[in-house]
Amino acid sequence: MEKILLPDIKNLHLIDVYVSNGGYNAAKKAFTQTPDDIIDQVKKSGLRGRGGAAFLCGLKWSFMPKTTDKPKYLCINGDESEPGSFKDRQIFEFNPHQMIEGAIITCYAIGAKTAYVYIRGEYHKWIKLLQKAIDDAYANGFVGEKMKETFGTNFFCDIFIHKGAGAYICGEESSLMNSLEGKRGYPRVKPPFPAQNGLWGCPTTINNVETIANVPKIIEKGWEWFSNIGHPKHPGTLLFGVSGHVNKPGVYELPTGTLLTDIIYKYAGGVPNNKKVLCVIPGGTSMPPIRGDKLEGVRMDAESLKEVGSAIGTGGVIVMDEDTDLVKVLARIAHFYHHESCGQCTPCREGTGWLEKILKRIIAGKGSVSDLDLLITVANQIEGNTICALGEAAAWPVKFMVERFRDYFEQRVSKEISLPVANKVHSMRQTAVPLADVKN
Amino acid sequence: MEFKFTQENLNRIEQETKKYPVRKPAVMAALYIAQEQNGYISYEVMKEVATVLGITEEEVLGVVTFYTMYHQKPMGKYHIQVCTNVSCMLRGGYEIWNQIKEKLGLDHMAVSADQKFSLEEVECMGSCGTAPMIAINEDYYENLSKEKVEEILNGLSATLSKEEGV
Repeated sequence: MEKILLPDIKNLHLIDVYVSNGGYNAAKKAFTQTPDDIIDQVKKSGLRGRGGAAFLCGLKWSFMPKTTDKPKYLCINGDESEPGSFKDRQIFEFNPHQMIEGAIITCYAIGAKTAYVYIRGEYHKWIKLLQKAIDDAYANGFVGEKMKETFGTNFFCDIFIHKGAGAYICGEESSLMNSLEGKRGYPRVKPPFPAQNGLWGCPTTINNVETIANVPKIIEKGWEWFSNIGHPKHPGTLLFGVSGHVNKPGVYELPTGTLLTDIIYKYAGGVPNNKKVLCVIPGGTSMPPIRGDKLEGVRMDAESLKEVGSAIGTGGVIVMDEDTDLVKVLARIAHFYHHESCGQCTPCREGTGWLEKILKRIIAGKGSVSDLDLLITVANQIEGNTICALGEAAAWPVKFMVERFRDYFEQRVSKEISLPVANKVHSMRQTAVPLADVKN
Repeated sequence: MEFKFTQENLNRIEQETKKYPVRKPAVMAALYIAQEQNGYISYEVMKEVATVLGITEEEVLGVVTFYTMYHQKPMGKYHIQVCTNVSCMLRGGYEIWNQIKEKLGLDHMAVSADQKFSLEEVECMGSCGTAPMIAINEDYYENLSKEKVEEILNGLSATLSKEEGV
């Protein structure tokens, strides 16, 4: 299988090596076509976003207004903070120029003069690596004003890195824009959508790093070639980040629709000590988990995972073996979303805390069966009642983990329903002063 | 304590503002630069950042308190960040967290009396495939075991005593 994003070419991160392997030819080709042609090809290729929602990339681009006096912007999302995701850093490290080339082509297609790459602050090393690649691209005339000469076009664009400072929520597109504007990373209410009202109120497109890195290959080799790789409704390859209880954790570039069992056993080397798999989270911690006894036949693409009640997310596969304490894992996940909730919406701000507290009560051995229902109730109250998708991200793992592992969770709680504190209302009633006495 | 950016740092901030159509977005970079110069973000630092960028102090404070990487108190020379999120947890992240806590006698966000070490339990750092991991200041240390952590910490202590010897 040919790799699109991380081919086995030594030193591909160096601009000379990238160019000698046909790098920046796709951009050259793109400039001989109209922006609408480019959007059309990306649409036909079926490329879907790699950041979690798997939205059709070409369609998203087509939402950008054609006539506007405002400047347009491209944001490339490299916040990569979803637990279990560690793929974008591979692109920054091993194939940064393909992302830069993708950014140039995308800017041309949507009419943006500036692209911002938002990278999480913790990625100091990868920010430096990408900055070096961008500097080299400028020096060689592939980015900036010199582009005009290099590509023989009237178009040029700039690419800048914006460094985050530690906030998971900034991976949410509207929060990312606020952070880029130098504000607290609060998500915005949609509509208006970014294509109408994005960065500084101007039309903006936000794409994931991996999505953008696919673009040059689609232009170079044609949309038909791309649309024939992997699952027809979610074509291409994905960078699957496999972590947890596997012998060879790491990033594997495989076609969409690859069997989950192949990813775990064939590529990631299986589970240490041949233990059984208890649970797999297929796309980063916010995606609904799959039971270990239901892995057979599950394929890793947006459509197939929807059928089994999960989602592809960022392709971060977390494997847990039979000895894993699922309650502790879920409590850790709940803690994460509680910590990362921005606090704007009450259901998420309060609900994530309650989820964590209830789970910690179960760990302490003080949980009851009704707590399991309470977890699902609280999760349902968060889901759909928040400005951004962090609500769902916090609710889904709890709701689906408890539902799908009900047997497991029931073993960890007391069957009796007992109240941890004496019923205060009753005790107050007994000692309450009769109304007649109050009147006197 | 009074805080003024050095001329070199002022130039760096000016360079940052050129990326954007307005000056405000450079607040995030300016705060990093200030933290580098001052060690932490004090009220005076926020005032200076606000003046340099022409934004209000409240706007700066809002940014400082939203993001976890800006510190409002001095941290240790070596700021040790331990990931205990799921992928690290499954591969022994909490063992390493407890090991470092014990060895340094520090808890979450605590700083040693000599200001040499500080400790933080952090959320996922994007090293799930090379878990468990810690970061010391800006550098990642991945694929760790208890032995390797011991070695890293001893290495830091050795560097410190060498520096003091000079």
